[in-house]
Amino acid sequence: MPAFLRLLPAMLLACALSVAQARDPGDLVIGFGADVSSLDPHFLNAVPNVAAAAHLFDALVHVDPDGKLVPGLAVSWQAVDATTWEFKLRRGVKFHDGSDFTAEDVMFSLERPAKVVNSPGPFTSYTRQIASRQIVDPYTVRLKTPAPYGPLPLDLTTIYMVSKKAAANATTEDFNSGRAAVGTGPFKFGAFRRGEAIDLVRNDAYWGGKPAWQHVQLRLLTNDAARTAALLAGDVDAIEAVPTPDIARFRANPALRLEQKVSWRTIFWQMDLSRDQSPFVTDKAGRPLAHNPLRDVRVRAAISKAINRQALVERTMEGLAIATGNIVIPGIVGHVDAIKPDAYDLAGAKRLLAEAGYPDGFALTLHGPNNRYVNDEQVVQTVAQMLTRAGLQTRVETMPLSSYFGRARAGEFSFALLGWGSLAGDSALRSLLATPNPDIGWGGFNWGRYSNPELDRLVRAALGETDAAARAKLAGQAVELAMRDHALVPLYHQYASWVMRKGLSYRARVDEFTLANAFHPQ
Amino acid sequence: MAWYALARLLQALAVLAVMSLLVFAGVYALGNPVDLLVDPNAGAADYARRVAALGLDQPLWVQYARFVVGLLHGDLGNSFVHGTPALHLIFERMPATLEVSFAALMMALASGVPLGLVAGFKPQSWIGRAIRALSVLGFSLPTFWVGLMFIMLFAVELGWLPAGGRGPTEHVLGIDLSITTLEGWRHLLLPAVNLALFKISLLIRLTAASTQEILRQDYIRFARAKGLHPVRIVGLHVLKNALVPIVTVLGLEFGSLVAFAVVTESVFAWPGMGKLLIDSITLLDRPVVVAYLLVVVLLFVSINFIVDLLYGLLDPRVRLGGAQA
Amino acid sequence: MKGAAGLLARYAEDRVAAAALALFALLALAALAAPWLAPQNPYDLAQLDILDARLPPGSAAGATELVYRLGTDAQGRDMLSAMLYGLRISLAVGFAATAGGLALGLLVGLSSALAGGRVDALIMRAADLQLAFPAILLALILLAALGPGPGKIVAALVAAQWAYYARAVRGVALVEREKDYIAAVRLLGLSGPRILFRHLLPNCLPALIVVATLQVGAAIALEATLSFLGVGLPVTEPSLGLLIANGFQYLLSGKYWISVFPGLLLLGLILAINLVAERLRVLLNPRLQGV
Repeated sequence: MPAFLRLLPAMLLACALSVAQARDPGDLVIGFGADVSSLDPHFLNAVPNVAAAAHLFDALVHVDPDGKLVPGLAVSWQAVDATTWEFKLRRGVKFHDGSDFTAEDVMFSLERPAKVVNSPGPFTSYTRQIASRQIVDPYTVRLKTPAPYGPLPLDLTTIYMVSKKAAANATTEDFNSGRAAVGTGPFKFGAFRRGEAIDLVRNDAYWGGKPAWQHVQLRLLTNDAARTAALLAGDVDAIEAVPTPDIARFRANPALRLEQKVSWRTIFWQMDLSRDQSPFVTDKAGRPLAHNPLRDVRVRAAISKAINRQALVERTMEGLAIATGNIVIPGIVGHVDAIKPDAYDLAGAKRLLAEAGYPDGFALTLHGPNNRYVNDEQVVQTVAQMLTRAGLQTRVETMPLSSYFGRARAGEFSFALLGWGSLAGDSALRSLLATPNPDIGWGGFNWGRYSNPELDRLVRAALGETDAAARAKLAGQAVELAMRDHALVPLYHQYASWVMRKGLSYRARVDEFTLANAFHPQ
Repeated sequence: MAWYALARLLQALAVLAVMSLLVFAGVYALGNPVDLLVDPNAGAADYARRVAALGLDQPLWVQYARFVVGLLHGDLGNSFVHGTPALHLIFERMPATLEVSFAALMMALASGVPLGLVAGFKPQSWIGRAIRALSVLGFSLPTFWVGLMFIMLFAVELGWLPAGGRGPTEHVLGIDLSITTLEGWRHLLLPAVNLALFKISLLIRLTAASTQEILRQDYIRFARAKGLHPVRIVGLHVLKNALVPIVTVLGLEFGSLVAFAVVTESVFAWPGMGKLLIDSITLLDRPVVVAYLLVVVLLFVSINFIVDLLYGLLDPRVRLGGAQA
Repeated sequence: MKGAAGLLARYAEDRVAAAALALFALLALAALAAPWLAPQNPYDLAQLDILDARLPPGSAAGATELVYRLGTDAQGRDMLSAMLYGLRISLAVGFAATAGGLALGLLVGLSSALAGGRVDALIMRAADLQLAFPAILLALILLAALGPGPGKIVAALVAAQWAYYARAVRGVALVEREKDYIAAVRLLGLSGPRILFRHLLPNCLPALIVVATLQVGAAIALEATLSFLGVGLPVTEPSLGLLIANGFQYLLSGKYWISVFPGLLLLGLILAINLVAERLRVLLNPRLQGV
């Protein structure tokens, strides 16, 4: 390289260094991995939006780093009868504008999600179960459900409490501009620069104790390389959603600190289990088969055995995942310790295929998104690779989420990748494997239209159970049933990871949320 | 003059009509954003309500008619994903795009024109050949790949410049600009150079070609024969005459810089409207895509209009209206 | 014009251009012979081994005799093989798009010139409109609407480029139309199409060849860009642009070979084509003779 080219940036750098000032020790800058589209906590039910809103607002029930429910703005809750939940509210909590938080605000906040009409992804599926609301006294509310409903407290972890005074008649835009963004959360609204950053200021009167940071900036760095580079350059103190290729490099860097935890997200395959002719299953010459082999449990078992989960996790995911045979992660309602991931057994897979009448395999197209889950496109290709070893002829088609979900919902695929984050196995099964019934919102992601009355019964019983132990037992039975039937093929649980500069600590969370208030100087 | 402006505007409307129809039909065929964004546990009634709230349950022609009616009222609709007026989103991001495009244009001018003059003056010398070779190289470089190489070299290996993003902005005359700070320039440098490369080559070729054309004219030969200093010849005659085609092309090129910023913004995570376009395409956020097209087309039209005016100033032979239109 | 041999001889007077032509021929041959040259069929998933993922250049395969001379990508795909096949796709897309654009442009341009009057004005307005709108945006919007796929990307490229040809053809055809020999053959009572193919077309060829060569390079670059933006080709059969895009995320962690080598190949390809086009422009355009 010519000398002048070497010199020019060096000179620029010298100038830049002389003006770049060290950040105030009371300031924290975090690199977010996804775009936050709005600060209205009832506008779009998407993880980045909810995570950002958690800085400004509180819910009645909070989730601790391990996925357990803990008191938020409600100090306690209990089912007073089979269809009534009672919440005792925290006293002495003040909104950012100094007004008191009361049962009136709870009523308002539970009603508002249904009123945000232009929302493309509303929160109403969390409030829909509430048939009536009742204020018992200013610090006690009762919520009635039409039928017994156990997961209500879990659902309410996602409904944030806004100030009735500030948000009455407020539009989504009023939240984005800060006018209505008055919550009880650890930080107050500073500025919202869409696509760039969210600025927050400490709420000194926070009920959970004074936050450690005077100013917080959530910088929206959706590009993996940009996020990594920003951390390395010291532009940000910490990043979430650490890109897999950079993990090794971060781990080796003594100036940085890596925090990891198994996340609530499970990645698995949905299979066409209802049709006798499936569009993407043929013989190897492309002719239709007499029957859909995926409907044979032996074939599904063979597919599961043919997948080398260890290699998938170590190579494709670069260690950022843990192989699983379950639907939800350990420690969560519906996880069954006894279910281990199917061992890699190529000979066994071939034997099962032969038993099922496919000694020479068949042709299968695997579908997956290319911009949704960590390394999704790579995972689809790797599994396709592995299935060819068992004698199947595979093709891979990946596409952006924009067309993927719609097509999957329409039943256009035979073998499709899906990821699911859930804090309860029965809720997950309700969406993934319960017999589809659009009227009640069951089986919304049961792309393969699996239908098993016994499973439906167990899921319904678990969801209707308000006693935690009994519910866990029923949910476990449902999961066991589904897994015995290989109704879906689980691959792995993703790891959630954060990297921060030395001197900071963060307690990694299963729900992958990044909360500024949970960063602490060491 | 008025006729001329009107013709331009009609042209813009035609482009917009065709492109917006395309986008409507495309998004209609691809699916709908509610599929992407709605909660998995939402019931059928809830789902239908959302689709209806966004007007996506209507037949395509009704959706389009609604858009046209809205457009006539100056309303391009709200973004599906942000719930904010689409136009507002575009305007928020526009300064970033214009900033990097303008910086690229200035860089291209500052390096392309002088290099082109030299290449035009001394086409057979080694320096002339070298400059022309460089310009062919610059023409052939895939912009996005060069961007990646820049990041690898200057950000990762050498650590001199940030790998992406925009620097801190300051409020200048109501617009948020990052070029007022050194930190802003550190962020701007790589994307702007990356964007400029192609245009530098173009300007080199253009300037060299018109310089040679002019040098062959009799009056220049005469001036040379008279012993006029070469620098004076350049300053007085060549530059002035070479400027005419350059200005024309510049207008068009600024438009294409804004368009190509889509690529550079993606590589360098530059928060401009190009990146917004890509994000909106992946989320099927139709109002934003259409609003982007509207703004860009209007931008092109006004740039072309200004260029034509400038053209008239630089070259007195050209008169707008009259015979020219 | 003194025949093909004479043209070739004059072409070769410029050493750089000759080298560029040789390089292009070499790359085209390599692309054609990719199935025999490549150590591995990168599109056959059965031949890939995830255990060999992201190996640096020169590594040996774990299970076979293969040596990955240029390293492997995230799926354990041999980069050399992937690049040879990618080259094939890039060239195929580039040439298909050019052929399509050429055919459409020729048809539109010639009919425009022959028809004259209002039809001509209308067609040229349309071409102007298209030229005023940057090719990248047009192709991006089209692909976003159509979805990815090789056929669709060719269609998008044709839509983005036909106007260049139509313009060039019309320009030449208009000049030729006024010439005496066309008037003469018209008097002879020759039919329209006959005039078109026997007389107008051959005279338009030189200009078309120059435009087409330039546009092949542009089409290849555009395809690579669109694939990089994620709206181009399917991931299992990557073109050069997609290979580069796939390597992007590994760039910061030092696995340069996944992005850098395909990029160099793409650069070499486009550069060779552009140098050839440059030389042809000089040779075939009498006005530029000696420039």
